[in-house]
Amino acid sequence: MNNDYLQQKGRIFDIQKYSIHDGPGIRTIVFLKGCLFRCRWCCNPESQESEIQQVMIDGVPKTYGRDVTVSEVLDEIEKDRAFYRRSSGGITLSGGECMCQPDFTEALLHGCHEHGLTTAIETTAAVTYDIVERVVAETDYVLMDIKHMNPAKHKEFIGKDNARVLENAMKIARSGANLTIRVPVIPTFNDTPAEIGAIAEFAKELPGVTRMHLLPYHRLGTDKYNRLSRDYLLKEIVPPGEEQMTRLLEEVTKRGLTGQIGG
Amino acid sequence: MAAHESEFDIARSPRIPKLIEDLYKNMPEIESDRAVLVTESYKETEGMPVITRRAKALSHILRHIPITIRDQELIVGSATKAPRGCQTFPEYSYSWLEDEFDTVATRAADPFYISEDTKKQLREVYPYWKGKTNCELASAYMDDQAKKMIDHNVFTPGNYFYNGVGHICVHYDQVLAVGYEGILREVKEELAGCSVADGNYQTKGHFLEAVIESLEAVIAYAKRYAKLAQDMAAKESDPIRKQELQLIAQNCERVPAKGATSFYEACQSFWFVQYLLQTEGSGHSISPGRFDQYMYPYYQKDIKAGKITQEFAQELMDCIWVKLNDLNKVRDAASAEGFSGYGLFQNLIAGGQNEEGIDVTNELSYMCIEASMHVMLPQPSLSVRVWNKSPHKFLIKAAKLTRTGLGVPAYYNDEVIIPSLLNRGLTLAEARNYCIIGCVEPQIMGKTDGWHDAAFFNMCRPLELVFESGMDQGELLGLPTQDITTMKTFEEFYDAYKKQMIYCIEMLVNADNAIDQAHMERCPLPFLSSMVEDCVKRGKSVQEGGAVYNFTGPQGFGIANMADSLYAVKQLVFEEKKLTLAQYREALRDNYGRGLSQSQAEQVTKSVVNALLKEGKQITEKEVSEIAEMITNHTVSPEKKKFYDELLALIGQIPKFGNDDAVVDEFARDVAYTYTRPLEHYRNPRGGQFQAGLYPVSANVPLGAQTGATPDGRLAGEPIADGVSPMAGRDTHGPTAAVNSVAKLDHGIASNGTLLNQKFHPSALSGREGLEKFVAFIQGYFDQKGSHIQFNVVDRDTLLDAQAHPENYKTLVVRVAGYSALFTGLSRSLQDDIINRTEQKGF
Repeated sequence: MNNDYLQQKGRIFDIQKYSIHDGPGIRTIVFLKGCLFRCRWCCNPESQESEIQQVMIDGVPKTYGRDVTVSEVLDEIEKDRAFYRRSSGGITLSGGECMCQPDFTEALLHGCHEHGLTTAIETTAAVTYDIVERVVAETDYVLMDIKHMNPAKHKEFIGKDNARVLENAMKIARSGANLTIRVPVIPTFNDTPAEIGAIAEFAKELPGVTRMHLLPYHRLGTDKYNRLSRDYLLKEIVPPGEEQMTRLLEEVTKRGLTGQIGG
Repeated sequence: MAAHESEFDIARSPRIPKLIEDLYKNMPEIESDRAVLVTESYKETEGMPVITRRAKALSHILRHIPITIRDQELIVGSATKAPRGCQTFPEYSYSWLEDEFDTVATRAADPFYISEDTKKQLREVYPYWKGKTNCELASAYMDDQAKKMIDHNVFTPGNYFYNGVGHICVHYDQVLAVGYEGILREVKEELAGCSVADGNYQTKGHFLEAVIESLEAVIAYAKRYAKLAQDMAAKESDPIRKQELQLIAQNCERVPAKGATSFYEACQSFWFVQYLLQTEGSGHSISPGRFDQYMYPYYQKDIKAGKITQEFAQELMDCIWVKLNDLNKVRDAASAEGFSGYGLFQNLIAGGQNEEGIDVTNELSYMCIEASMHVMLPQPSLSVRVWNKSPHKFLIKAAKLTRTGLGVPAYYNDEVIIPSLLNRGLTLAEARNYCIIGCVEPQIMGKTDGWHDAAFFNMCRPLELVFESGMDQGELLGLPTQDITTMKTFEEFYDAYKKQMIYCIEMLVNADNAIDQAHMERCPLPFLSSMVEDCVKRGKSVQEGGAVYNFTGPQGFGIANMADSLYAVKQLVFEEKKLTLAQYREALRDNYGRGLSQSQAEQVTKSVVNALLKEGKQITEKEVSEIAEMITNHTVSPEKKKFYDELLALIGQIPKFGNDDAVVDEFARDVAYTYTRPLEHYRNPRGGQFQAGLYPVSANVPLGAQTGATPDGRLAGEPIADGVSPMAGRDTHGPTAAVNSVAKLDHGIASNGTLLNQKFHPSALSGREGLEKFVAFIQGYFDQKGSHIQFNVVDRDTLLDAQAHPENYKTLVVRVAGYSALFTGLSRSLQDDIINRTEQKGF
């Protein structure tokens, strides 16, 4: 690649510094706009549509989404270099789904590597494998969501079945990438020992995969649904308690995986 | 075992919670003994040289003040009969206490119980002191214009005006090594070497004799404790306690008269030094400094010889930690707000490098942290030194203490502080050996009279003077700078600010020097001076310039407000031309249409009345109250209200300091220079230099209450930003962005210390990984040349609950400024300020 990649444009909706729960060390997360899934519990509903959105918050207009170049994002990321250096941190791409903007994602990850920073992505990898391959090649830590093993339930709560997710998980693992499986634990969707156990059973079979994280459901994103004039469909559910999470974690650890609650 | 192999998780002795429980049973009490004794002595010594009178007074006090050994104590010596009580010091000032006799027990900040009997005794001695106090002489020396600035709250040097200076770390090491008998030998030798015909014999001879008299009194005082312990042992029926008391008696018989021969004796000797300094003078921030260094030889020797276990050594240190909380100090109501939390600021620092640049973190460094975990009390103000060679495990241990929410330790950056001290003339070896005094002030043990904490300087007030061309409350206070309506460029405006700053700084210097002179003439301290180089050789007390290094360090605060304000004016008035300076002034006067509080309305009333009087008008009392009513009920028109709302929205959109924005951060750096640079040109009466600090203790809250609205959108009366921290709530890009902004200030020139508060949610430090990332965060800040950082780790809900149910949170400690304090002892407004500091969670 020559330096043209620095001018590659992409659409993001936030950059968050001092992220300490998404990959090693102190990280900066870049949230990309646009997603393939429509998870009912999504805490970043503003991430889902690719288009830039205007909303009103307490009478003040707010825009979700802006177009930026790789170069601009790198400048912002650079500001926290002292902290990456001290903590072996770096950047994490999240979203949305970073693989929906493969050219930008690949260029940005490449740029980070050019500047000596480690890279991580949070992904569902539900795209064609040629794209996955390009992105993973520039990624040091792949944090991949597998939300359910049952295709019908996956489709009901997320909008798409899980066939591609499972297929790509296996391919990523076989490619030798540093892969961690993450599961958002959502009451009424996948919070039984059997459901978590099934995912752990699958994760265990992925070559080289040793880690599986359980991320308890939280409600911090619910306000945003109102702003986007959308209904929040999971109004009735409450975050899983510590006891339940510990029970679910057993399903992970008893299969020989290193488990943890939270990112 | 080497320090790096263990994290020293040592079990707490059951003695410690018992000592703490006893200490906090009752509200602290004011006692009269010292005041009565000092008065008796002064009456006997009229006409003698002041240094002689000081020594005789100390001697009289130490020979007659009641002494007590509290239940279960291993380290003994108390300044008062009642736990956490305090003595008073009428030679410095007294009238404020007399005025507050009936309110001191019920006030919001730091209440003290005072019995009717104590009041009576104090009332009897006070008449003697009229015209003789330190503060009266200081006032006489002070320029009228400087006094006016104090009245108008531009700065407040009240601390040293009413009290002793303190703020020192003496040669504890010498006392431990040779005892006061050893120091006495040196002093007598020096005296013997003087000739009565020497030009300075009159002062030097009397000074040395005063030192001798003081040290002999201290030795005799310790022997009173030896006798008391012996008497108590004789009557004690519990064989274990009996043995403890006998050991205490032996210790007090030996130290501090002689050098310590064991770690236990060293601990007892240290303690006598520590609290007797606070009996001689009323200054706070008597700081133990590098305790882990000067105590280490005694510890090492005993451990090697098998004379002591690590557990017992830890118990002794825990006992000292408890005793540091047994000392107390009553301040006037206004100062109590500024130093809220019964703070004595006894700063004790662990870790760091030695004179040769080798890291000397040792077992005691870890045990200092352990002691704070064991006692969980505000004192000592525990600090740790951080540099590239700090053992990682030490920093993790420190982070564990931070995680408890106690608010300590404060972290200091060797890589900034050492060069900043070199720049003030210290040698490299000395600078490497620095410790911290009080809140955040670096100094070198036993050689410095830093006069740190010399005043609070409110950087917002000079900007108000710019808007009003020097007028304040209807009279000329600052310079009559150019009328803002005629200013064509931002440079003219900024220039006027710089001029007002320099003028206010000159007045500050005058006020500090007047007070300094008074301490020199009225309250020299021979006991303290015996432990500071080069007092004995020079034959001068510390107060007269006897120390090797002399500084005066007044601290400015409000950088974030001024950076945000000046930047807002530049953008909105001169770049975007959204409004004129005159409109801005009106918005500030109208408090952006948000109404005025009672006290603000009173100030405006005063302005209006003074202006009318000046025009030669006669005003009746009735008219004054009518004006007051009009101002209190003053509401702006709907159009204006709308304009102000829009203005506040515009201000809200401008980048603010604390978000790693290059342009506004550069501004902040320059604004800080308007204070730090002029100040270093001034000299004090002890022959030293002024040096700036950038920290507010807790004065940003009460002084904010006396400051009008500022152009950054801060409303009248709201707190001002604390230290070099961003304005509360305006740093919205997380902790790394906040500290990146702060690191862009020049911390090196603020060699009297800078202070950065960060509030973290406990979740950010959870688990081993959380601790690692937290340490990396501190190091990342220090790599960028930040000087100091400290943390409150407590969730908002806990603090709100503590406000609602203080009875459940008697010992909840939070970080206020350069010190920690009991949350429930703070004033409501300061509690609110802490709750509202931006909470950094980590995402």
